[in-house]
Amino acid sequence: MRNRMYLEIASMSENESFARVAVGAFISQLDPTMDELMEVKTVVSEAVTNSIIHGYNEEPNHTIEISCHLYDRKFDLTITDHGMGIEDIEIAREPMYTSKPELERSGMGFTIIENFMDSIEIESSIGKGTTIHMTKILSPKKTKVVHE
Amino acid sequence: MGLFYTFSVKEDVLVVRLSGELDHHEVEKLRESWKEKLYTHPIKHVLLNLEAVTFMDSSGLGVILGRYKEVLQLGGEFVVCSVSPTIRKIFEMSGLFKIIRQEKDEINALVTLGVAS
Repeated sequence: MRNRMYLEIASMSENESFARVAVGAFISQLDPTMDELMEVKTVVSEAVTNSIIHGYNEEPNHTIEISCHLYDRKFDLTITDHGMGIEDIEIAREPMYTSKPELERSGMGFTIIENFMDSIEIESSIGKGTTIHMTKILSPKKTKVVHE
Repeated sequence: MGLFYTFSVKEDVLVVRLSGELDHHEVEKLRESWKEKLYTHPIKHVLLNLEAVTFMDSSGLGVILGRYKEVLQLGGEFVVCSVSPTIRKIFEMSGLFKIIRQEKDEINALVTLGVAS
């Protein structure tokens, strides 16, 4: 199956739950397991929260783009902001590192994304924004048994 | 969906029961109420019951770590109970179980904290 969707949201924390539920609903057509669905929703939440807090400094009037592609069991997810960008991606990816300890951030966002997705690429430039491209291969579809 | 929370004090234990979705948006309000409860009662330990939490991300870890540090200052222990499999994975990734004890349910956890049932 090939399918795609594109979503544009304002950089408001109210939209974090909307974004993960929307992406979850979109991939439901592949009958993911409950675990896979929760993992994808968590990843969307992490990336969108990063854009809101770090990319846009919690200013609500900016845009976050979410695009999803399905190629059979492969799920591509790209989340883009046009915010301030990440100075050092390697450091940002380190577990427990946060540039905003005063906000009680755990610094686990990228680590969670890396664990829950099969691949992650981060492109970022200062003052221009950040794009996170992720893929996940969903487990083979279970054959449905019909009892008559 | 949102997040709902209740606080109750049992002897020197603050029991925090959360239900719903724990994300960046919900964490701000929770932090305020949680801190207030922690310092307006003679609390030593915190028991966090996650039984009804349907979603949690790294923002949840942040608020838990923040309160853990405060409980440490009070000389107490932070215990978490009724953790779902997905949330358990997130806890494991972050090494949180090395510092926060996990119990099966609230009754067991309260016994280990010395609260008579």
